Parts: sequence; structure tokens; C-alpha cells
Amino acid sequence: MSDPASATPPSVSMARLFWVFFVMGATSLGGGVVGYLRTGLVVRNRWVDDVTFVELLSISQTLPGLNATNMSILVGDRLRGAWGALVATLGMCLPGASLMIAAAYAVGIGSDDPVSKAFLHGIAAGAVGLIVVVMVQLGAKVLKGLADYVFVAATAAAVAGFGVQVPYALIVAGIVAIWWHRPRDRIRK
Amino acid sequence: MKQLGDIAGVFAYLSLLTVGGGMAAFPELKTLTVDVHHWVTFPELLHFYSLGQLAPGPNMMMVASIGTVVAGLPGAAVALIAFFLPTGLLTLFIGRMWTHLHTWRWRAPIQTALGSVSVGLVLAGAIIMGRGAIVDALHAVIAIVVFLLLLKTKVNPAYPIVASGLVGVLAYWIG
Repeated sequence: MSDPASATPPSVSMARLFWVFFVMGATSLGGGVVGYLRTGLVVRNRWVDDVTFVELLSISQTLPGLNATNMSILVGDRLRGAWGALVATLGMCLPGASLMIAAAYAVGIGSDDPVSKAFLHGIAAGAVGLIVVVMVQLGAKVLKGLADYVFVAATAAAVAGFGVQVPYALIVAGIVAIWWHRPRDRIRK
Repeated sequence: MKQLGDIAGVFAYLSLLTVGGGMAAFPELKTLTVDVHHWVTFPELLHFYSLGQLAPGPNMMMVASIGTVVAGLPGAAVALIAFFLPTGLLTLFIGRMWTHLHTWRWRAPIQTALGSVSVGLVLAGAIIMGRGAIVDALHAVIAIVVFLLLLKTKVNPAYPIVASGLVGVLAYWIG
């Protein structure tokens, strides 16, 4: 049912594309950007259907790059080609980037102020809690067997415990894990 | 000029490590910006990273903050372009090929395998960040409370994180 509809993307102007992504980039406070993307792209504008959205999200999560910008690229490309991908990504990044540039100047000015230091140190502790939640939620989705938990523990121990550089850990653990999950011959069970 | 080149090299390299999210690159982000180039101190990195979690949009816009600290607005621009262009091009091209990969028998194994490795990298990032951010019992309690709150409720993460900062200020005033 959804195939013919999703095969022909709706016609969207570049200005509209930029604006919708800019609004999502400016309002997605607190990190849960995937939820804002679904509301903006699937529910409000119907630029992609739910099946396509989940498919594009799984590409975004597998490839390097942030989910929010990878989604902007994939959806922008579907709607208006490579330039659409660029415009969507710019819209998504501009608000947060401007704020973080302003923050760099502000922190530079107030760096000796112990109250702002206490504040920033508090939010750093809170952010650790947030990251662990994100990890647990990601893990609940992707970890299936005991072996997967072993890969998680081995990767984390190598990087955080033994100071192995991330690319080496990524390549070695990646190859072992891919081999573990390799396509098996159905006949041999 | 050399600094802009360093910024471009560091953030282009880091971008390729963000498998499963920005946190996967955190261990290398810390090594390169704090230990190798001395652009920021570890506490400053933690502060920018945490502020970046509060900012709207993609959660790694703090790369613009580090670029700004090193070389002003040009530094911010170079950091952003370096961080988003390489993976952006990769996503664009693989995204177009993806439907053709649908029947490729290695696709599911690669997706499952990278899933668990990326959880491992996020865990490593969280451990390294925790070593710097959780300096005493109070900050451990803050992290645990935020964790439980976000796990059990659907509250917007921005609120508990801002509250964490306010608790930090309150503790400074009292202590």
C-alpha cells in the first residue's frame, strides 16, 4: 500500500525545506531529536511515511554521523536531491551551532566565576545520567544475545579501561561481531 | 592557519568515529582536544559537552564551541564543516545505494554487529566522562537521580539537566 505513495516524494520548495528543518533544529530541546523529526516529517508535513521513516532511521544509526544530521541528509536528498540534503542539514544545525558559539564566548567571559562553574559542573553530572539512559535505550533495541553483551563489555573495557584508541576498538570489535553474526548456511542449521 | 588545519583534521577524524551517536567519539575527543592539542581543559570539555546536550538540534554542536575557543568564528566554521562534511557525503551516497543493498545477506549482520559495538563505545564515553564529572557524592547522586528520572518518566531531559546545574549552585552557596 505505502509503496507507490512513498516512491514519489512530495514537491517541496527549498525555502520550505529549510524552514521546517530550521524549526526542528531550534525547538528540539533536550536531545530527543528523533521524536521531533518524526512529528515534523511524518505527522505534520507527511513528507515521508512511518515505514520510510524507520528505514531511514536505521540507515542513520548504522552509518557514522549523528542521527539528526544523517536524517536531514537522507530526507533532504529524497525531497530535493543533494542540494536539498545540504539545505535541510544547514537548517537543522544553524540554531544549535549559533547557541554553542555564543556559549563559547560567554564561558570565556565568565570562566573565573565560581557560581557558573558550579552550575556547569552540576549539568555535567546530569548529562552523565542522560548518556547512560540513552545507552540503556539503545542497548535494549540492539542487544539480542549474550554474545552482544560480551562485545559491549569488551569494547568499553578496551577503550575506557586500557586506553585503546576508538578506531582500533571499532575495527577489531566490529569485525569479530560481524563474523559472529555472519550469514549462516541454512542447511547446516 | 595551522590551527585551522589542526581543527579540520581533528574534527574530520572524530566525525568518522560517531557510530551510534556523538558519545562514541568522546574518548578520542578528550584525548585530542585536551591531551594532545591543549585547546580546552578536561572540565571545560565536560562543560561544553553538557551545554551541548541542552542546546536544540544535533547534540554535538559543541564542536563549534571548541572551534570558537581555538580560532574564533573561522574556527567554529571549520570545526562544523570538518565534523559534518565527511560523514554527510558518506550518508548521501550510501543512502542512495541502500535500497540496492536490501537483499545483501551481510547487511543484517553488519547492522547488528555495529549496534553492539556502538553501545560499547557509548559506554566507554560515559565512563570517561563520569571520571571527570562525578567528583564527589553529590554529583554521583545527581547523575543517578537524572538517570532514574529519565528512565522511568517521559520528562524532557532539558529540565532535569538544568535542575542539576541549579543543585550544583545551591551546594556551592551552602558549602
